[in-house]
Amino acid sequence: MKRLLIALGCGALFGFGLSLATMTQPEVVLAFLRFQDFGLLLVLGGAVIVALLAYQVGPRLLARPLAGAVFEKRQTPFSRRTVIGAAIFGAGWGLCGVCPGPAIAGLGLGNLDLLWALAGIFIGAWLQARFFGSSDAQTR
Amino acid sequence: MIETLFPHGPWHYLAGGLLIGSAIGALYLLAGLVGGLSTFFSSTLSWASRLSSLQQAKLIESRGWRLAYAAGLVLGGAVFALTLGDFGASTRVPPWLLLVGGVLIGFGARLGDGCTAGHGICGLAALRWPSLIAVVTFLTTAIVVAQLAAHFGVIS
Repeated sequence: MKRLLIALGCGALFGFGLSLATMTQPEVVLAFLRFQDFGLLLVLGGAVIVALLAYQVGPRLLARPLAGAVFEKRQTPFSRRTVIGAAIFGAGWGLCGVCPGPAIAGLGLGNLDLLWALAGIFIGAWLQARFFGSSDAQTR
Repeated sequence: MIETLFPHGPWHYLAGGLLIGSAIGALYLLAGLVGGLSTFFSSTLSWASRLSSLQQAKLIESRGWRLAYAAGLVLGGAVFALTLGDFGASTRVPPWLLLVGGVLIGFGARLGDGCTAGHGICGLAALRWPSLIAVVTFLTTAIVVAQLAAHFGVIS
């Protein structure tokens, strides 16, 4: 229960930040990718600096999270799939200017057009699980 | 110079980015959770699909908090709309393009194990070099595809 409330609260802060940074508007992301407005670099840079502090300093100061059991570590090994997957992800991102976080947060702004993108993301995630899911299990 | 790089000004971008980093940092410091978003789509599908790849323990175990996290994102967007923004935004990107782009995004993010949040923020914050390669790769293909799409008039 505690974990759900923390996730809800942090998600809300994340969604508010994405909205303030106008990342929920695909046009702004596309303007960055076309070199018309470099704001996205400030969003990414600002977010990475704060998150970097938490990720690097937290585990050194704290034996465990303030309200949790362990600091989770992503262990997925690097493989060709990382590069191929990222390239396909980038193609979709460049086509429509949407990525998963903003697609979800944008719903809260009442942008129901984004339901098309969310439907697509669910379909894509299912296709990946259906046709590439088994090799996925083997590599992990 | 500033106006050329940031026609709408730099501050809301920077402030938004700092809030996003705080959210991901707080999730890690409080609960120890890595707050990427693309796994949410697979973990939520685990409720609906019996595919063995969608019934992995790591999806089942995390699907509760990932759903709450996504609900929080919607809530945060709504709070912004009610306080500083406007409600009822829309986009000029046509539905078919959102759908096709979405399929590539969902497929690619799951194959590559991360998106702009998972690799771009969490992965870089954890100083994982595979995430750095992923970020450089998706930024490059996104820029190429967006420039080509603009050149050929796919999007105005």
